[in-house]
Amino acid sequence: MGAKEYIRERFFPHLWCPGCGHGIVMNGLLHAVENIGLKKNDIVMVSGIGCSSRISGYLDFHTLHTIHGRALAFAAGVKMSRPELTLLAPMGDGDALSIGGNHFIHACRRNIDMTAIVMNNRVYGMTGGQYSPLSGYGTYATTAPYMNIDPDFDVVSMATAAGATFVARSTTYHIKQLTDILEAAILHRGFSVVEIMSQCPTYFGRKNKGGSASDMMEKFKTRTAPLGSKEKQEDPSLIERGIFVNREAPEYCQEYQHVIERATRGK
Amino acid sequence: MGGQLKFVQGNEACVEGALYAGLGFFAGYPITPSTEIAELLSARLPERRGIFMQMEDEIASICAIIGASLTGNKSMTATSGPGFSLMQEGLGFAVMAEIPCVIVDVQRGGPSTGLATKLSQGDVNQARWGTHGDHAIIALTASNHQDVFSITVDAFNFAETYRTPVILLFDEVLGHMRERLEIPLPGKLPLVERLKTSLPEGVDYHPYLPREDGRLPMSDFGGIHRYNVTGLFHDMWGFPSEDPKVVYGLMRHLTDKIEHHVDDLTRYREYYTEDAETLLISYGSSARSALHVVMNRRQRGERLGLLELQTLWPFPSALVREKAKNARYVVVVEMNMGQVLQSVKSAVERPDKVSLANQVDGTLITPTTILNILRIIQGRGV
Repeated sequence: MGAKEYIRERFFPHLWCPGCGHGIVMNGLLHAVENIGLKKNDIVMVSGIGCSSRISGYLDFHTLHTIHGRALAFAAGVKMSRPELTLLAPMGDGDALSIGGNHFIHACRRNIDMTAIVMNNRVYGMTGGQYSPLSGYGTYATTAPYMNIDPDFDVVSMATAAGATFVARSTTYHIKQLTDILEAAILHRGFSVVEIMSQCPTYFGRKNKGGSASDMMEKFKTRTAPLGSKEKQEDPSLIERGIFVNREAPEYCQEYQHVIERATRGK
Repeated sequence: MGGQLKFVQGNEACVEGALYAGLGFFAGYPITPSTEIAELLSARLPERRGIFMQMEDEIASICAIIGASLTGNKSMTATSGPGFSLMQEGLGFAVMAEIPCVIVDVQRGGPSTGLATKLSQGDVNQARWGTHGDHAIIALTASNHQDVFSITVDAFNFAETYRTPVILLFDEVLGHMRERLEIPLPGKLPLVERLKTSLPEGVDYHPYLPREDGRLPMSDFGGIHRYNVTGLFHDMWGFPSEDPKVVYGLMRHLTDKIEHHVDDLTRYREYYTEDAETLLISYGSSARSALHVVMNRRQRGERLGLLELQTLWPFPSALVREKAKNARYVVVVEMNMGQVLQSVKSAVERPDKVSLANQVDGTLITPTTILNILRIIQGRGV
């Protein structure tokens, strides 16, 4: 079919800046969808607000572009109503974990079958480069001219602690791994969280002397290592990539079917 | 006639009305004095294979019902003032994206946590203007459980007809008081089902291109037409647009589709308004006390009348103007600092003859209190 079949050419060109990583995420996602062989009518994409969230408009699925931070709450309503649909929820880092933090942890806890994709560029891009909860201590942003003193979240640890049954991380440099992970995440029956480190040369890069988009991607290559690898053992400061959690647990829509069975027993 | 008789709380009457209307999905968060609605639906919805979800907060609750509605499910949430405040952004989204849904606000005292277990009617203007930006809205209320039932059915019908969120503004006394309810037999009250597009698969479907009558046929998410839904100003495909023509066209459409149908949307009851020298205007539980005063004084030959509003928004200005035309005194009875009072003053020919009889201490205004205030307004002393 080709990934091109999944896009709405009518709405191009997209609004992402030159060098933005989000297009790479979109590319990986479409290849994952194609590899699985999902039908466009069976996919609902629910996004929030921010640069990342505009991905939904460009894709030829049922697309719901919602409110800042609330994608997972809208997605829960769609999925519970139509459990047979495949739910994809791409979000930004501030979107998913700052304003949407509460919805994020509770979606993890419920283990409702959908794939949350955190496109983590460590900055609020749409509003012009303010620090996010994933920017990290010591970074600079348009709201941290004297250096950011906010520590950051680790998406993987947080999702794991909150109960997500599939948790993974990759980067825009590792397009093959990113595609494979998204494929596994979509196929996983339960709540999947995939963090994808994505570059924002326009704001995060510029404010933190990150260089060009390719310089930033180069860092994704040199500053990360496969999960449990020798490189990581030798240099503990490297960020691990791979599938951290992949376990079976009762899925929420399925559990709700049992609620219905108990409610209708003998009726 | 011939329906099932029950002795219920107002919250239960609302539940019965919602189920009668075809509710398929409820999401909510516990809050007094609306919690019974969630509790009852957690038992009743699964029995009919419907969905009940208790969400992490009220923000998530309204978002979930909007998502569910998009798949074709009639959806509702219920809350009270503090939760209603949290729902304002979701409410605005439903207005903008034109997603049918019903939001019940069983009002309690505010602002803030206020009076959790006591009543007020302080959210009338929040229902109108709580979410940011220009918009039209539908808000309904009732004063007895039979009317709570039927106005809840109306709320679902209006939501589907006008593709909009509809707010039900009840209050603590109404929610918790028990009285008789007769549940009509199926088919007795008309139900509006969702208008769906008849376009076949493969034809370019324009989800936001209104028909000549202003209505927008929908296509369920997960169905044969894929389209975009957004809270941004959007074109006929639902794609974000800042084109001034598109922005203006959508703003006009969102306003006109409701403001042009005030007659269809207006529900009210009237008692002795024809020759009333003093016209009371009230709604919700305070209308019960107002009605008591009217019935009582009529027996003594006083020309008192009551206009009980059930549609608060869009405000039925023409109706109020007409009914107040011949009255010497117009007295708005409500349990807030004069929220409907302002709308009544704007509606009538002579605002100077409109007065407020209110009570804002968390307890129900009594007929005696209303009568005492009336005597002062009429210049007769208590």
